[in-house]
Amino acid sequence: MAYLELNNIYKTYGQGGNETEVLSNINLSIEEGEFVAIVGFTGSGKTTLVNLINGLLEPTKGEVLFKGMPVQGTSHERGVIFQNYSLLPWLTVGQNVYMAVKEAFPKKSKNELNAIVADYVEMVSLTPAINKRPKELSGGMRQRVSVARALAMKPEMIIMDEPLGALDALTRGNLQDEILNIWGKDKRTALLITNDVDEGIYMADRIIPLRPGPNATLGPEFKIDIERPRDKTEMNDNANFKKTRNAIIEYLMDIGDERKSQTKEEFVLPELTPKDFVNRFK
Amino acid sequence: MKQSLTLGKVTKFVGLGFFVTFKDLFTGKLSKEDFRMFLRKTIVPVASVFLFIGLWHMGAKALYNIEADFRIEKALKDQGQAAADATASCIASGDKTCQPNTLPSPTQVWGSFQSLLRDHKLINDSKEAFALKVGSLNAKNEEFNRVNATKIAEGIIAKKEAIVYTGRASFVDQIIRSLKTVFAGFLLALIIAVPLGIFIGLSPTLKSSFNWFIQIFKPVSPVVWYLLVFMIVKTLLIGSSEDSSFTISFISVGLCSMWATLVNTAMGVSSVDKDYINVAKVLKLGNFQKIFKVVLPSSLPLIFTGLKITLSVAWMVLIAIELLAQSPGLGLFVWEEFQNGANDSNAKIIVAMFVIGIIGFLLDRLMLTIQNWVSFDKTEAI
Repeated sequence: MAYLELNNIYKTYGQGGNETEVLSNINLSIEEGEFVAIVGFTGSGKTTLVNLINGLLEPTKGEVLFKGMPVQGTSHERGVIFQNYSLLPWLTVGQNVYMAVKEAFPKKSKNELNAIVADYVEMVSLTPAINKRPKELSGGMRQRVSVARALAMKPEMIIMDEPLGALDALTRGNLQDEILNIWGKDKRTALLITNDVDEGIYMADRIIPLRPGPNATLGPEFKIDIERPRDKTEMNDNANFKKTRNAIIEYLMDIGDERKSQTKEEFVLPELTPKDFVNRFK
Repeated sequence: MKQSLTLGKVTKFVGLGFFVTFKDLFTGKLSKEDFRMFLRKTIVPVASVFLFIGLWHMGAKALYNIEADFRIEKALKDQGQAAADATASCIASGDKTCQPNTLPSPTQVWGSFQSLLRDHKLINDSKEAFALKVGSLNAKNEEFNRVNATKIAEGIIAKKEAIVYTGRASFVDQIIRSLKTVFAGFLLALIIAVPLGIFIGLSPTLKSSFNWFIQIFKPVSPVVWYLLVFMIVKTLLIGSSEDSSFTISFISVGLCSMWATLVNTAMGVSSVDKDYINVAKVLKLGNFQKIFKVVLPSSLPLIFTGLKITLSVAWMVLIAIELLAQSPGLGLFVWEEFQNGANDSNAKIIVAMFVIGIIGFLLDRLMLTIQNWVSFDKTEAI
């Protein structure tokens, strides 16, 4: 029995004539301790898929099983890192994390909770900014707060919805390493949604492309057989890396072409000839 | 980290940023670019104030002349040349008995303002003298009440009431009374509209059941609200000899002005960013926590926008309602001066107009300051 299982998931939005099927026939199973990345184009239904897994949405058909039990609503066992950080702007960094910790461990005393908050804020190296509000932080720092908030609840599985999508390349690289470090410590199960193939290969054990929606389905999986810890600069020369990367990109490009050919539309241009101004004013 | 509190920060915070350039002008810190800014932000407004006063002065003068010419003409027609000359010389001499009654000039208004202040001092003095006179008697009465407390409770002897000043109220007293009425009304609006708005915003069922109510009663005129409140309060206080004018006027003000807060609160609560709701769901916050930790803080800016509108509407309708309710205050002051028809009545009305305007402006700034204080910056958030 896999740790997380998605069986024949269909998700439609709207009703009657406006009905659009975003996801169809999604099957996925993730083992405990595994790091899986799902790669797809923007607008292919990635966020919908994530929300089905974390319990914010319910599938129209099919079932999501977490540790053998169907997912009903959200749970502290599955921590979520949102794409747009979703920090509460009226709370400080510490308060944002504290709120999550307090909900996850209602029985602990205030001091214990504060200690947990301090630990996790330290882990993402934001201790100097613990009393700052989100608007005083840079994008990368905000996402680190979001990471701390998700992990402080000690979830058994981390779900990341394009967590680094809005960051610049340098910050991205640093945060990838940080997330990998934290993940490496206790090897929690992790699901990463991303639109960056390199990021997926660098971080995950397995990459599964999501064919673009409507009617998005999962493509064939690609195993990443590169030893951890991985080194970014060395990886560029790794034959295995190159092969996998090319295979995935080729696959995604093919899908893109396929999609283009499907939506081939002919635009008829009107026949226009320039007016003859020169002769007119002679 | 402590932030130093400079004049610039404080004035900007309360929305009076132009003071800073003013200060820089005198401390000689103004650079060339700042000088153009200073021209635009300080000189131009000041110049426009003078222009306004100049136009007002000329307008008042023209109206004065029309009125004076008419009087002289009338005297000539009715009573002959001698009477006309007498009227003309009377007007020219500035005698109070024959001054044309029209729009007062800025100088007259300023004079009335000062006379109102003198009047306030006079009344204050007489109040103090009165307090001194009845002080010992009141103390004696109190002592009597204390000694005979049980008998009074049993109804054997009548309680001796303290003697209070019942003379006429000064202009400043009336301003204070008006402010009390407006804040009582504002508080009532806040107590009714904010919780109701939260419930309506949270529940679509309540929203649709209250919507017609809000849509129909929102545009009702303050006068009608006053009449409605009057009908109800009159019956509730039947047989009581107490003066109900304050109660009636503050309830009317509250009911009249609460709609902006009600609508804004409901809108703020029902339109909380979906991201925040998702966070609340993922963290599995309870309903109580969700409302107080997520929904309310995120709708505070809109709630305060509503409260700001409510306070300015309350101040605006207050004048009309005081006038109707005969509740002492600026509204009644204006009405009594109008009925009075004394030669400086018109000037006093204009003084009241400026006072009303300036207090309204200050109330608005007060709300803006509180709003800046309590709510996060929406534009920089997320």
